[in-house]
Amino acid sequence: MKSRHILSVLVENHSGVLNRVVSLLRRRSFNIESITVGHSEQPGVSRMTIVVDSGEEEVEQAGKQLYKLMEVLKVTDVTHLNCVAHELALIKVAAKSQTRAEILQIAQIYDARVVDASPSTLLLEASGPEERIDGLLNMLKAFGIRELVRTGPVAMQRGSASIGIKETTRPERELAVAGNGAGPHVN
Amino acid sequence: MAATDVAAHPRAEAPAERKRTERPVLTGAQIVCQALEDAGVDTVFGYPGGAVIPLYDALPAAGFHHVLVRFEQWAAMAAQGYARATGKPGVCMATSGPGATNLVTGLADAMLDSVPLVAITGQVIQPLIGRDAFQEVDITGITLPVTKHNYAVSRIQDLAPTIKEAFHLATSGRPGPVLIDIPKTLFQQTAEYEYPATTFRRGYQPTSVPNMRQVRLAAEAIAKAKKPLIMAGHGILLANATELFHEFVEKSGIPVVFTLLGLGTFPEDHSLGLGLMGMHGHKHVNDALDTCDLLINIGARFDDRATGRISGFAQNAKVVHVDIDPAEIGKNVHTDVPVVGDAAEVLKLLINEIEGRRYDDWTAWIDAQRDRTLSEALEERPEWPEPYTIIKAIAKATNGEAIVTTDVGQHQMWAAQHFGYNYPDRWITSGGLGTMGFGLPSAIGAKIGRPDLEVWSVIGDGGFQMSSNELATAVQENLDINICIINNGYLGMVRQWQDLFHAKNYSEVRIGAPNFEKLAEAYGITGITVRTDAEIEPAIERARSIKGPVLIDFVIEPEANVWPMVPPGASNSEMMHSRFEV
Repeated sequence: MKSRHILSVLVENHSGVLNRVVSLLRRRSFNIESITVGHSEQPGVSRMTIVVDSGEEEVEQAGKQLYKLMEVLKVTDVTHLNCVAHELALIKVAAKSQTRAEILQIAQIYDARVVDASPSTLLLEASGPEERIDGLLNMLKAFGIRELVRTGPVAMQRGSASIGIKETTRPERELAVAGNGAGPHVN
Repeated sequence: MAATDVAAHPRAEAPAERKRTERPVLTGAQIVCQALEDAGVDTVFGYPGGAVIPLYDALPAAGFHHVLVRFEQWAAMAAQGYARATGKPGVCMATSGPGATNLVTGLADAMLDSVPLVAITGQVIQPLIGRDAFQEVDITGITLPVTKHNYAVSRIQDLAPTIKEAFHLATSGRPGPVLIDIPKTLFQQTAEYEYPATTFRRGYQPTSVPNMRQVRLAAEAIAKAKKPLIMAGHGILLANATELFHEFVEKSGIPVVFTLLGLGTFPEDHSLGLGLMGMHGHKHVNDALDTCDLLINIGARFDDRATGRISGFAQNAKVVHVDIDPAEIGKNVHTDVPVVGDAAEVLKLLINEIEGRRYDDWTAWIDAQRDRTLSEALEERPEWPEPYTIIKAIAKATNGEAIVTTDVGQHQMWAAQHFGYNYPDRWITSGGLGTMGFGLPSAIGAKIGRPDLEVWSVIGDGGFQMSSNELATAVQENLDINICIINNGYLGMVRQWQDLFHAKNYSEVRIGAPNFEKLAEAYGITGITVRTDAEIEPAIERARSIKGPVLIDFVIEPEANVWPMVPPGASNSEMMHSRFEV
């Protein structure tokens, strides 16, 4: 049964890495809903957050295939971990003098900031869980959304645990294979 | 000293002066040659072109032999033949653009069969990259899915470390092809040369020693089984584990079936060596798979041609899967006991965890199936040279010790079924990708790698016409190889499917051919035509007595089929033994 999975992937920051990751997921028939890439806490290491709509076994297979890329250091399915998964959205909404106040009120409810304005538009910046962005967009729909960009979620585990890499990656990697000795693959 | 001066090349210096206290200054081209040599390369298969002219400029002084092929794709296949026969990585090189794209099929073939290969391609000069220059293609982009890893080198100081790492990646873990793309600019620059002693990549640390807990679970499953069966795959050969495997089979008493690439992992003439499994496997082998209560897969990836319909595969069995690639575990077949590790490392540990046993009832049952079904599969038609008679005659003449390479199709299946492989690394075939034209170039590579062994290339008349140009290479290298064309005038395997599953609609499978005997003569080699059963053995003996390449054209019955056969989409238990069962 398909469901939404969030993968946190640590990769060496080399040119072409994104291409390798995306190409691998495409050729193994994984549908990427969103992908974000940026620097991580370690120099030379980038963190990708990939959202795929897939079955449990397929996601496990995707993780194992990703490990075959030389640049991939760690793959964690954070879907079932206690995580903060937030995305950022920039929304350009049509705003006339009659509607501006109402839009600002809605923005306030959703903790969205006004980052730019013109006589006919407001540019809002919103961040948070996807559902919250969806809710904001739903409220703004009636006013007319001129332009929208969403980053897709980035995720981080709550509490003191972190999704990172120790110096020796491989033993964990082996444990990450379901049924092969079991054990947590998040340190 | 000019960097292009041959004297600057370390090989030109006295060995004592080659100590790496002082790093020699070399051109990029010389660096590539020297690094290949330092990687242990003795043979490179390639074809020159614009972007690699400076590289080829350095070749005459290089410490390895360059084999000039007639088409780059066959350079990759020859390198594979070399790799599969020797266990060492094969190396091929080509120019940018079409030279590089011609390698792609060979890389894909090596990828699917996990063959260690290093391919070097030239790229246009750096200022022209990305400008659609003459003979420019994005070969690293193109080969992304068909290589284990690839590199676009952009700095001369990266050349030697990249080559070192490429050989490490190609040969370790699950082996595979690695491509290095080098812009022409770098060949012409100069730099100090040092071949790194070690290489480390933190994202690449393959598991070779298995988790002991999993090994014990496997041993427990073996202890409980009443009808266990081993499925032996290419991984055993790649791990160089055939001796350990032999020991394991002898001790465990468990019969062995082979995937197409697993042939040769254990002697077929041993009472526990059952033969080929899968679509054209032996009936008794597929029956055993259907009946076993424990299947121990060592180094095979449960390919669909081996398993048939998955839901009907080994349905009564628990599955132990030994594989060095964790991604293979559970990919196609549900696995009860996964053991991730190198086959040799796993066997070393597993041998000590199992009891010596015999399964007399089980093996007696299999033997009874074997005796009953093997005779059924063979039809005698004395008016034609029988394909299986040809294969058996080659095996007999060479005492089963020859290297056999094949193309893809009916002849490949006959060669897999009937030769009886008793030694490792003697069976060289394109398994996963199923590349026609593979047989001749891989025979060339195999013979160069193992000049001490007889090499017989069994090829169809269709596939031979894809790579017959490589006869020129075989002649140029004066290779003592014997080429057997199993000639039915059809693209036989496709015709067989059309015969059995498409109401004999023989669409585009009738294939004409030149007179092969005369073609051989045109290349200056001996050609022999065989039209009856009686001529088979004398032709083989004559070919063996002649030094250099010999071509034998076996004209067989046009509509001979490969039996038995699992129809596409069916399970292995639903084998057909003849056309009358359709």
